[in-house]
Amino acid sequence: MTDATQSPAQGSLSAYDAHTAKRNTAEKRFRAYGLTAIVIALTLLVILFTTIIRSGAPAFTRTVVEIDFTLTTPQFEAAEKKLLKTKEYNMLFAGFVADAISDGALDQAAVAASLERILGKVGGDIRTHYRANPGDLDTPVAFELSTSSRAEQYLAGDITRDTLVDSRFLTAADLDVIDRMKDAGFIKTALDTTFLFGADAGVDNPGGAGIGVAVIGSFFMMLVVLVVSLPVAVAASIYLEEFAPQNWFTDLIEVNISNLAAVPSIVFGILGLAVFIQFAHLPQSSPIVGGLVLALMTLPTIIIATRAALKAVPPSIRDAALGLGASKTQAVFHHVLPLAAPGILTGTIIGLAQALGETAPLLLIGMVGFVAREYPDGLVSGFTDANSAMPAQIYTWASRADPGFYEKAWGGIIILLIFLLSMNIIAIILRKRFERRW
Amino acid sequence: MLDNTIYNERLDTMNDVKISARGVNVFYADTHAIKDVDVDIKDKMVTSFIGPSGCGKSTFLRCLNRMNDTIDICRVTGDIRMDGQDINAKEVDPVQLRAKVGMVFQKPNPFPKSIYDNVSYGPRIHGMARTKAEMDEIVEKSLRRGALWDEVKDRLHAPGTGLSGGQQQRLCIARAVATEPQVLLMDEPCSALDPIATAQIEELIEELRQNFSVVIVTHSMQQAARVSQRTAFFHLGNLVEYGETGQIFTNPTDSRTESYITGRIG
Ligand SMILES: Nc1ncnc2c1ncn2[C@@H]1O[C@H](COP(=O)(O)OP(=O)(O)OP(=O)(O)O)[C@@H](O)[C@H]1O
Ligand SMILES: [Mg+2]
Repeated sequence: MTDATQSPAQGSLSAYDAHTAKRNTAEKRFRAYGLTAIVIALTLLVILFTTIIRSGAPAFTRTVVEIDFTLTTPQFEAAEKKLLKTKEYNMLFAGFVADAISDGALDQAAVAASLERILGKVGGDIRTHYRANPGDLDTPVAFELSTSSRAEQYLAGDITRDTLVDSRFLTAADLDVIDRMKDAGFIKTALDTTFLFGADAGVDNPGGAGIGVAVIGSFFMMLVVLVVSLPVAVAASIYLEEFAPQNWFTDLIEVNISNLAAVPSIVFGILGLAVFIQFAHLPQSSPIVGGLVLALMTLPTIIIATRAALKAVPPSIRDAALGLGASKTQAVFHHVLPLAAPGILTGTIIGLAQALGETAPLLLIGMVGFVAREYPDGLVSGFTDANSAMPAQIYTWASRADPGFYEKAWGGIIILLIFLLSMNIIAIILRKRFERRW
Repeated sequence: MLDNTIYNERLDTMNDVKISARGVNVFYADTHAIKDVDVDIKDKMVTSFIGPSGCGKSTFLRCLNRMNDTIDICRVTGDIRMDGQDINAKEVDPVQLRAKVGMVFQKPNPFPKSIYDNVSYGPRIHGMARTKAEMDEIVEKSLRRGALWDEVKDRLHAPGTGLSGGQQQRLCIARAVATEPQVLLMDEPCSALDPIATAQIEELIEELRQNFSVVIVTHSMQQAARVSQRTAFFHLGNLVEYGETGQIFTNPTDSRTESYITGRIG
């Protein structure tokens, strides 16, 4: 034992022996691998998010023309005597704008024609305003007017003078008017409430399209998913984990549940089409059918999470309860289930988040984007009226030709991500709150 | 010597057997953990089970309140009767049995709830208290019996899992006595306790014996000698010797018992 020069006990504590040095290098190398992996993952995440936000942010704003317009009482009275009243207001407004942006260099009639393409028919709006508020006459009134989607695209740089083809939507002369209005500081950006709260619009009107109705559709679907899948999944898991005997039959069920979790979602979609719509005659394209389909899809996820959570409860807790004369049901409901609750909640929210982002099965049961045309008018119709859901709406927009919809699709993705992130945050908060030590 | 024999016989024939086990075998899958054991647990007496680690003391103890039912691979055969009634009979509800035969487990297993909730759980599910005041009384009495009251009386609503190992063990004892079982099975209840707490628990055992029977598994020969009237020595799944504690410790008939209590095997 005295000749054991290799023995760690013999060397000084501050001098590394060969073995320790090797171990330390291995440890450093492993740490470097881990750090690299994390850095790569974070970089990709940052790239992803910046791309999404850059492409999607314009969907949340709209370009407006804000002008302090003054209408005098004589002008008003004269206009009200005309046969084509709104046209007269258009001309008055165009004249005001022409003066403001060009000191009379541009022709009033040409400006009026351009403004009609850039802002739509503003005369009606102006007339309505002054008829309702005669007191505003002779004083400047700030009018905020939405621009057409083509004008917006020009301002965003998606259309340039070189690529512009004169059409009934936009001409080269209009671009001069736009540029001059921009120089005069009339062009502003405002929050696009239509996008946040509106319904889907026609294929030629990306500016009027909103995701609000699809959000409601998703909401009702998630309600159905939660109400259907959570109780069923928890009951099934408790039975399988705590009560069922271990035999070939329960093994078979277990294998089937794991397999079910791996079934492509489109299969659930076609199943829903066959069973819920063609056989059970539930209303097509309705959130209730979508919810049922997604509930089927979510069941295995929640079951697997719940069983894992139940398994993680130490058996000694069950022994303690049973040893005191609690029945099995009491042991489960008084002790095991509360301890498993955080895991179950997390699994449920992850399952819901998955369902929220699912597109394919919804397309099969007809929940495509363009059916999301109006808000449901009540609780029941929320479940039964034809509607779409966020991802299906995004998919529909992305497949439309008008580039304005491309931007809307990115904006929709941002909304979807916000919902998913908040659900994950809720999951984390719930887990933290209910977490217990033993 | 003669007196003693007569006394022994009287003990054995008197109708004071609480639990009688005959020909008990326990298998864990293919492991034969308990081999043909016959034991009579007397009423109002303390019986201790001693023997080397892994010899099956806990396993046999768990047969007495059918806790082995909860282990899938475990199979129990033989005849175990409590007050003359077969506890493994179909019509016997193990839940009811366990309310009468309480258990303190080898590893402390408090519920991750407050100290108060730990102790009150048993009385609550058995409907032993009608009012909050009654429950408070049961909790205090049980914690006093478990020699824990003074340490926790100011933090009854702190989590039971936040106590030290020895305190948790006493909490589990308090929890078990709170349901007033007729038989209390204690699996190494003092393994993590200091001498003072041990003495308090032994006092509790002595007190419980006035009304109930107590079975205690212990690795301490002194403890077995101190608290129990009867001692069973297990070895490799066999019940080697069973009799009066004094006789087992002073005059064992089997050489294995003698080697064990004198510290030569184990
Ligand atoms: N749940 C189980 N599954 C399989 N085998 C088990 C199980 N519990 C105990 N055994 C086996 O049964 C035998 C007896 O175990 P038991 O726990 O009864 O021993 P013990 O006498 O209580 O030991 P100790 O003094 O260490 O607590 C051991 O060989 C053990 O391996
Ligand atoms: Mg043991």
